[in-house]
Amino acid sequence: MNRPRLMAFAVAAALGLSNSAFAVSDQELKDLREQVRQMKLEYEKRIEALERRLQQAEQAAGKAEAAAGKAQETAVQAAVQASSRPVAENALNPGVSLVLNSVYANLSRDPRGFRIDGFVPTMGEIGPPVRGLSLGESELVFAANIDPYFRGTLIASVSPDTNGAEIEEGYIQTLSLSNGFTIKAGRFFSGVGYLNQMHAHAWNFADAPLANKVFLGDRLAEDGVQFRWIAPTDLYVDVGLELGRGRKFPGGPDGGRNKNGFGSGVLFAHIGGDIGTGTAWQAGISYLSTSPRDRRFDDPDSTGTNVTNSYNGRSRLWALDGILKWAPNRNPTTTNFKLQGEYFRRREDGDLTYDTLAQSLGTQTGAFASRQSGWYLQGVYQFVRRWRAGYRYDRLNAGTTELGLVASGALAAADFPILSAYNPTRHTVMADWSPSEFSRIRLQFARDKSRLGATDNQVLLQYIMSLGAHGADKF
Amino acid sequence: MKTIIKLLLVLAFSMLSWPVSAALRVFACEPEWAALAQELAGDRVSVYSATTAMQDADRIEARPSLIARVRSADLLICTGSQMEIGWLPLLLTQSGNGRIQPGSPGYFEASRFVAKLEVPSVVDRSLGDIHPAGNPHIHTDPRNIAKVAEALTQRLAQIDPENADAYRARGKSFLERWRSAIEKWERQAAPLKGMPIVEHHRAFVYLVAWLGLKEVGTLEPIPGIPPTPSHLAGLVEAMRRQPAKAIVYSTYNDPKAAAFLSERTKIPAVMLPYSVGGTDKAKDLYGFFDDLIGRLLGVVK
Repeated sequence: MNRPRLMAFAVAAALGLSNSAFAVSDQELKDLREQVRQMKLEYEKRIEALERRLQQAEQAAGKAEAAAGKAQETAVQAAVQASSRPVAENALNPGVSLVLNSVYANLSRDPRGFRIDGFVPTMGEIGPPVRGLSLGESELVFAANIDPYFRGTLIASVSPDTNGAEIEEGYIQTLSLSNGFTIKAGRFFSGVGYLNQMHAHAWNFADAPLANKVFLGDRLAEDGVQFRWIAPTDLYVDVGLELGRGRKFPGGPDGGRNKNGFGSGVLFAHIGGDIGTGTAWQAGISYLSTSPRDRRFDDPDSTGTNVTNSYNGRSRLWALDGILKWAPNRNPTTTNFKLQGEYFRRREDGDLTYDTLAQSLGTQTGAFASRQSGWYLQGVYQFVRRWRAGYRYDRLNAGTTELGLVASGALAAADFPILSAYNPTRHTVMADWSPSEFSRIRLQFARDKSRLGATDNQVLLQYIMSLGAHGADKF
Repeated sequence: MKTIIKLLLVLAFSMLSWPVSAALRVFACEPEWAALAQELAGDRVSVYSATTAMQDADRIEARPSLIARVRSADLLICTGSQMEIGWLPLLLTQSGNGRIQPGSPGYFEASRFVAKLEVPSVVDRSLGDIHPAGNPHIHTDPRNIAKVAEALTQRLAQIDPENADAYRARGKSFLERWRSAIEKWERQAAPLKGMPIVEHHRAFVYLVAWLGLKEVGTLEPIPGIPPTPSHLAGLVEAMRRQPAKAIVYSTYNDPKAAAFLSERTKIPAVMLPYSVGGTDKAKDLYGFFDDLIGRLLGVVK
């Protein structure tokens, strides 16, 4: 093949080739255009669909938002309702609380021989606790409103030893009498004096004053009914009347008198108010009248025999009480001071029967008349948050006790040693620490001259703790 | 004996003839409710507040003068939510007044009308003096005051129907003024948003929530338990890492702990009125919030 032919062929081939290439590309372009158009259409459709869906979604979101708003509103309302639900005393169950206490006692005299000389024994638990460590009485409290008209309270004290459970208080009281009237019925701490109405866990010392021990047998809790009226004045004034069975000392033998009607009566009146911006006070007078029948006590006579004597007659007790509390701006959290005192005066007239069981010199009966008194004064100061210190002075005046059997010469004064003219005294100091309003640990030292010629140095270390429903203590 | 009875009878009758004033007698457990009742009822009520802003309403004694006031009250306004659990039940049972017992129209619990914060999921005293129904210091948010005002207006109208229209009119006017005051306070308090504070007791939780403050600690290790040295030492350390803007305590708190922390961390301690009457400026509800915000702004500037 010569060169020019070869060239021409090549050119022709190239051209031909390129020609055919151009023809294919036209067709494909059409196809491509068609494809692009279709794709465009398709995408437009898709975008349209997406837009529609978006719109729908947005609408739905708006609705959801509105719904959420409503839900939130409802939730807030529900929260208001839920959080406003009264959580009073475990809904409908009574409020239950428990007071636990325990004591360590170091006593220089044997507590089993405890007596308060010069005064008729009350046969109650008035002595100091046993030596060493001991669990005190645990207090179990149930209380709730019964209906709009009554409230019920039961306070049982569970003794760790053989005595078992005892009902300290169990009463109902009216809520809706209005005009200042309240009626209580059942067993309750009598309104005589001041400290008698306070529960032991609210006392400022580990034990009761000597006067409460000899005149009220530690505490007077009567089965009966109490009427109380508060005057409609800004100054607090109340008056009250209690009628009871005469269940225990000074009313009669344990178990009470076997008598219809009433075996004991109490009248009381209080007055109280505020002074300035930090002081509150209250003063009271009360009168307890009862006629004990066969009120027995044991006393060793001159032969050394432990004989049982019995008193029948009348017993009348007057009590005056006063209380003053101070706290800066009435905010007792950091510092506060409390001054408290009571004075008792008792008069008993009747007959005393000696040796009722005829174990010694034979049963004999003679007149009995006594005029006795006693008082205490105490101050407790909280000097820094949680810490308090206090001092109490007790004094009893045996006064006069006239015994017909001794005056007539039938028996000697030595046959009634506990009725000798002796004036017991006691000094008590204490310091306590209360980490919270529910717990307290107390150290107390007392120099007790209750027993003729014998001083008892008593050291008590005690805890008192309460748990359960929040209690409220009286003023 | 006879003379005593005679004396008692004479006393009783002299008391019965005591002059009775026409005004509705309102016994408020806390000063903020006394102030609110005064705003809503004016001269139609004679208001007595059982506590002051200087007292911890958790720790009040049921003293004789309080029993005497409850005895004659027509309406009792208390916070509720167990704020007064240690003393109000005793006042109620001792008072011999059926009109103000729970459930009767004369018994009004403010916290029932607002949403409570800090409602605990676990109720146990090892967590301190907690309130099972939530934090009861609801009055430090003025929006709560508005809610209570609405409810109290209705209650006043209910127990004193003769003056119902007057109470409603007064209530409406109070709420209008109160709402514009809230707007004003919110504007003023804008710089306080996000401000970290340390509280003595969680007494201003509602204020914190309202103004958007940030509580970063309390001086009390747990509610109702006084500040301990170890807890304060921990706070000093925490403040070094992330300092708060203010240490806040209220009129009834012992200022010592706040002063201690302030001295060690150089963060200012601010005393806030706990309620109406807590400071000279907090003469009424408006003054109370003016002073609360004013004192907090004083730290920021």
